[in-house]
Amino acid sequence: MHIVVCIKQVPDSAQIRVHPVTNTIMRQGVPAIVNPYDLFALEEALRLKDQYGGRVTVLTMGPPMAEAALRKAISYGADDAVLVTDRVFAGSDTLATSYALASAIGQIHKDMPVDLVFTGKQTIDGDTAQVGPGIAKRLDMQLLTYVSKVRSLDIDHKEIIVERRSEGGVQVLKTSIPSLITVLEGSNEMRFATMANMFRASRYPVKVWNKELAGIEDPTKTGLKGSPTVVSKVFAPTPRAVKAEIIQCESDDPKDLSVTLLAKMFAKHPKLEKEIAKRAA
Amino acid sequence: MSEKFDVIVVGAGPSGNAAAYKLASAGLSVLQIERGESPGSKNVQGAILYSDALEKLIPDFRDDAPLERHVIEQRMWVLDDDSYIGSHYRSEVFNQQPYNRYTMIRSQFDKWFSERVQKAGALLICETTVDQLLLDGNRVIGVLTDRQGGEIYADAVILADGVNSLLAKKAGFHPELHPKDVALAVKEIHFMPQELIEQRFNVTGDEGVVIEMVGKITQGMMGTGFLYTNRESITIGVGCMLSDFKQQQITPYALLEQMKAHPSIKPLLQGGEMKEYTAHLIPEGGFNAVPDLYGDGWMIVGDAGMFVNAVHREGSNLAMTTGMHAADTLIELKAEGREFSAANLKRYKTRLDESFVMKDLKKYKNMPDVFHTNPQFFNDYPELLSKAARTMLTVDGVDKKTKEREIRSSFRKRRSLFGMLGDTFKLWRAFE
Repeated sequence: MHIVVCIKQVPDSAQIRVHPVTNTIMRQGVPAIVNPYDLFALEEALRLKDQYGGRVTVLTMGPPMAEAALRKAISYGADDAVLVTDRVFAGSDTLATSYALASAIGQIHKDMPVDLVFTGKQTIDGDTAQVGPGIAKRLDMQLLTYVSKVRSLDIDHKEIIVERRSEGGVQVLKTSIPSLITVLEGSNEMRFATMANMFRASRYPVKVWNKELAGIEDPTKTGLKGSPTVVSKVFAPTPRAVKAEIIQCESDDPKDLSVTLLAKMFAKHPKLEKEIAKRAA
Repeated sequence: MSEKFDVIVVGAGPSGNAAAYKLASAGLSVLQIERGESPGSKNVQGAILYSDALEKLIPDFRDDAPLERHVIEQRMWVLDDDSYIGSHYRSEVFNQQPYNRYTMIRSQFDKWFSERVQKAGALLICETTVDQLLLDGNRVIGVLTDRQGGEIYADAVILADGVNSLLAKKAGFHPELHPKDVALAVKEIHFMPQELIEQRFNVTGDEGVVIEMVGKITQGMMGTGFLYTNRESITIGVGCMLSDFKQQQITPYALLEQMKAHPSIKPLLQGGEMKEYTAHLIPEGGFNAVPDLYGDGWMIVGDAGMFVNAVHREGSNLAMTTGMHAADTLIELKAEGREFSAANLKRYKTRLDESFVMKDLKKYKNMPDVFHTNPQFFNDYPELLSKAARTMLTVDGVDKKTKEREIRSSFRKRRSLFGMLGDTFKLWRAFE
């Protein structure tokens, strides 16, 4: 069994600042991390490998520095890593990115047939959740989004059963492989890398593919040229004018706490109090 | 299937990086283990980089090291509650290349340094904590990390694990740090547009200004404050002896807040936005607090060995220098086919004794005690100096002779003649 996990190196959005003058995002000095959602995908793939055997290949597209994200994935236990990097990819939106990644997966497939592709639910920098579905469409794979758990895998019959979070419940779905699965956060917890894997990661020669090696047939479908998305304006949200208030309460009995809280609420919203009183009556 | 190296370096700060760089460049197999997510992620420094030590190691560092501004002006301020009296030294000579000192941001600098180390051939493993040293009798034969299968072996282990050096302590190489031997420094980085910095500090391009401060900002505790200009930010911080913080029951952040509110400092920060807040211990025990530095199969470098010159605000250059000497000792022994025993590693100590590192620490060996037991240097004198200046500069119809008399008597009243003589003697002895 061969699983490809698509990951992305992103700026740690918890540490990002907006330039007070130009309103642009200040990326300088902001640490680059593996998109946290992708780690759930990687761990789910590694668990399948532990259970059913096979290989896990991690794939990313990005600047040369994205190699660090792949190395990290190797340290967790991935077997191979491919970095797709080329100047023509600069400025790619989700449409162009899914094209490039789908081409690369096609190349990986030639070496060893790919049974499953995993991605995170979305990235924390773009938050679109479009690249995974885009790859599935281009590779004509079954698409399972928001998967919280892989229940079972039957390699001989090429069947997979997953739990998928949906509004108001959990769907249990069975489908055929090859398929693409986007994994929900909180599905699992990333393992602590072993010393041997740490050594392997520091020494592993990451495969670096340019557009030719990645099998890109039509370069105009990549990069800025292949990206119909236009960013028309970037702005920082204005901070809330209303400050949070700390409400003091002498006792720590839940009843007293709630009474104090309600009294405070009703003082601010007398209409609400009347309405509730009316309903109670 | 445990791995084995010539040398394991614990820590990827300036001392560890310097040691690993030298060792790897000389062809030894080197493993460097760093606890942080990346080199520099756990390190804190003011930070000023003195070129000399790094230049000896990487002569072309200026080509691509992430340096902020080269320092052309050094200000020394003595502050009381509402004034400062000080000296400024600015020279066009500092504007001639190669520059002598730079402001820098350690998280970026350490990353660059480490990349150079890795290019030289050392293997770096991050996010891994060395829990203890592996011993065979008295001899260090490797390390045990916090990861599964964590035993790694080496002929020598260099402890570059920083001020706390838990590793050396666990192995019994030195006792618990004493609060009187470490300072606790807190600092903030405030983002500020480049043009504003240039205007405010009277600089252009990559020129920078450094302000070192003593006086009432430390509320009688032994310590100093500082303000450095970076390319697009200002670093401001203050550090005092840990034992003083403990005794005076002052919290470090409150001290920094109060310092930032000082009428001479506040305007310098206006228009900035706080980006980062960090705190760290600084080993300032000096010569008398330097632990044993070597033994069978191990050596201590950098902060772990108390290598900080508190008087001249030097640390990272001492760290790099000790790292280089440790590496040179091992390279030399390896070439001679000798083992890394305590008897042979004594050469490291001899090298340090002959270098500026030990000479400088020795010169100021009484300094910590002098300032520690004499808070008047941080409290009384700044006020007296400020008052003297104010008296002389206020034109109010009082004749100058009377003013001078007033100043003299205020000094005598506060410190007494013998007190002042004693203070002068103490200072002279400490700096001699």
